[in-house]
Amino acid sequence: MTDAAELLTRTKELLAAHPPAGTDRTEFLKARFDAGLAWVHYPKGLGGLDAPRSLQAVVDAELTAAGAPENDPRRIGIGLGMAAPTILKYGSQELKQRFLRPLWVGEEVWCQLFSEPGAGSDLAALATRAVRDDEGTSHSSEAGSGGDWVINGQKVWTSSAHVARWAILIARTDPDLPKHRGITYFICDMTDPGVEVRPLRQITGEAEFNEVFLTDVRIPDAHRLGEVGEGWKVAQTTLMNERVSIGGSRIPREGGMIGPIARTWRERPELRTHDTHQRLLTLWVEAEVARLAGERLRQQLAAGQPGPEGSGMKLAFARLNQEISGLEVELLGEEGLLYGDWTMSRPELVDFTGRDAGYRYLRSKGNSIEGGTSEVLLNIVAERVLGLPSEPRNDKDVAWKDLTR
Amino acid sequence: MNAQPDLLYSEAEDDLRAAVRSLLSDRGDTAAVLVRAEAGAPYDPELWKALAGDIGAAGLLVPEKLGGHGASHREAAVVLEELGRGVTPAPYLTSSVIATETLLALDTETVEVAELLAALAAGRRTAVLAVPLSASPYGPLPVDAPRVTGVADAAVADVLLVLKSDGLYAVDRASANVEAQTPLDLTRPLAAVTVGDTARATLLADTATAEQAVRRGLLAGAGLLASEQLGLAEWCLEETVRHTRERHQFNRPVGSFQALKHRMAQLWLEVVSARAAARNAADALATGSPEAPLAVAVAQAYSSRVAVHAAEECVQLHAGIGMTWEHPAHLYLKRAKADEVALGTPGRHKEALAELVGLQAP
Repeated sequence: MTDAAELLTRTKELLAAHPPAGTDRTEFLKARFDAGLAWVHYPKGLGGLDAPRSLQAVVDAELTAAGAPENDPRRIGIGLGMAAPTILKYGSQELKQRFLRPLWVGEEVWCQLFSEPGAGSDLAALATRAVRDDEGTSHSSEAGSGGDWVINGQKVWTSSAHVARWAILIARTDPDLPKHRGITYFICDMTDPGVEVRPLRQITGEAEFNEVFLTDVRIPDAHRLGEVGEGWKVAQTTLMNERVSIGGSRIPREGGMIGPIARTWRERPELRTHDTHQRLLTLWVEAEVARLAGERLRQQLAAGQPGPEGSGMKLAFARLNQEISGLEVELLGEEGLLYGDWTMSRPELVDFTGRDAGYRYLRSKGNSIEGGTSEVLLNIVAERVLGLPSEPRNDKDVAWKDLTR
Repeated sequence: MNAQPDLLYSEAEDDLRAAVRSLLSDRGDTAAVLVRAEAGAPYDPELWKALAGDIGAAGLLVPEKLGGHGASHREAAVVLEELGRGVTPAPYLTSSVIATETLLALDTETVEVAELLAALAAGRRTAVLAVPLSASPYGPLPVDAPRVTGVADAAVADVLLVLKSDGLYAVDRASANVEAQTPLDLTRPLAAVTVGDTARATLLADTATAEQAVRRGLLAGAGLLASEQLGLAEWCLEETVRHTRERHQFNRPVGSFQALKHRMAQLWLEVVSARAAARNAADALATGSPEAPLAVAVAQAYSSRVAVHAAEECVQLHAGIGMTWEHPAHLYLKRAKADEVALGTPGRHKEALAELVGLQAP
């Protein structure tokens, strides 16, 4: 097993061979990947050293201290957090070799083609079709043997689709089976001429997300992850990693949404009322407790005692973000009647606590919807953590084509 | 900002919890608690002997050189979680935490203080502060009060710690007049205490030391009360989940209805959060962190509401049976509601917090 001392030695060797000051950013990142220091818990030859995940911090600290460039994880979050673990678990050796390095380095951005207009919380009801066509030839220059799949359908709420080179995609391969069993998981080439990306303007006026229309898109069978019909199981790997990646970092006191309103309160005594004071204090306490609960979760993970508490963190932060930003607009009074800018734009990065109070209020409405609605998360807590029985269902043993739509 | 607080439970703390839980399940199930409470004698002297003496819970806050076990608020918090889970009547919070912490803030070189501390730590005697259970660490204290009402556990305490204008006195309960009051919470009896002249009392500290010490005792009590509230809430949630899985209406378990599941999931989230807040307060008190007042105010402002919410949901989701005298839910509701008032309401703690974090009132 690779230990901290060995990782430190390897990191120093990397820095000596490729001094950050005199090395091109991408070249440095490639060298870091090849040294196995990209994600140390990944296998050797794929950017890692089969080391414990917790030791990544040793490498990161050393590289940060040396001023080494980062791979800008916020820009490539879907690739790092969702596509990579899925490819690692289900991809062939060829796919791992082909995709993981440019993914980690950031040369190729990934997006996720899961949600559809008719399949949100009930993702398994998705209608995008994948039909086998052994006769045709793929447009993709990277086709392997085994024929093609032809994809038709529409995906929605796709972040990064307009800059993505590749996508992870789930589509229906057998409409005659019950919905969970007829799904297959693919890697989709976003440069295929059948892929059309349109910005999806949202409640804040801008377009963080896209709609993606798929018309006769061809995918080589070699770009399938997992067996035909096993796509739902494969997608669980992706979604599990999504929840791990949400709410992972340590937050200081008054970090997050409570920060701006607390500053406003201190700097603008003329805005204060007794009513807003009581509500602010209640929310301040709840935000501090949520922060502590997140800290406790991190301590549990670090001590190797992962608990189910993670499922609750997103619920807490969604509600707090909404209530705090709502109070802030109210507290600001006349100023709360104004909004920064309604111009349609395509933000590179999204900061829930950025811009003005109106933006924060509107953007946080998405916090209880994106990545699993709060209602679905409450069901998950109730059933998987508390062990309560599920509601009676009438969709489990019915062929997908016979479901009500 | 200080070093990160340790919000987990140590192995020793887990062992202590197991010992206390095993004792309480042997001696203190809720049916027995109810029978004793109805008889007007809620305390079980044998249970106290085992908890305070055999397990050594009474001496957790007291250093070894003063006859205690040299542990900390973290361990005492674990004991309180279990006492909350069992809604157990025992003078632990009042004697082993509040009175003990108060005495520890005095000059422990004094023979009278040292002897009393050693006796409390060994579980041979108990002491309570002669202040109302509702007294917060921040509010006015009853000094020279002819009669103090709402004093918790006074009926079983051997010693009353009484604030006079010239200092803090230890008074034998036998020499004071203690009249039982009818409490909302049957498991933590209250009494009105009248102390006559101080001829038969022992002066423990002068005025300045006394007030600071009492406030420190109340702060520790408030901080660790959050752990009792956590234990109460945890029991209420577990029992509610168990009941709604078993109870059938409309030919299905009532716990399968989403309207109920969401309420229990929400409670679970509150319990998880209350645990972080309670651990944070216990750790801050244990390490003597300068942030202890803030951690205590946060824990109290939050956990009081969680315990009451959990107990109220417990009654509602048990429905008819939850409204009966026979089912223990009412013991938890009454304790939770009394705990909300005890040692400062959530509002008092939020007022204190406003000063501590600079979010002043208009």
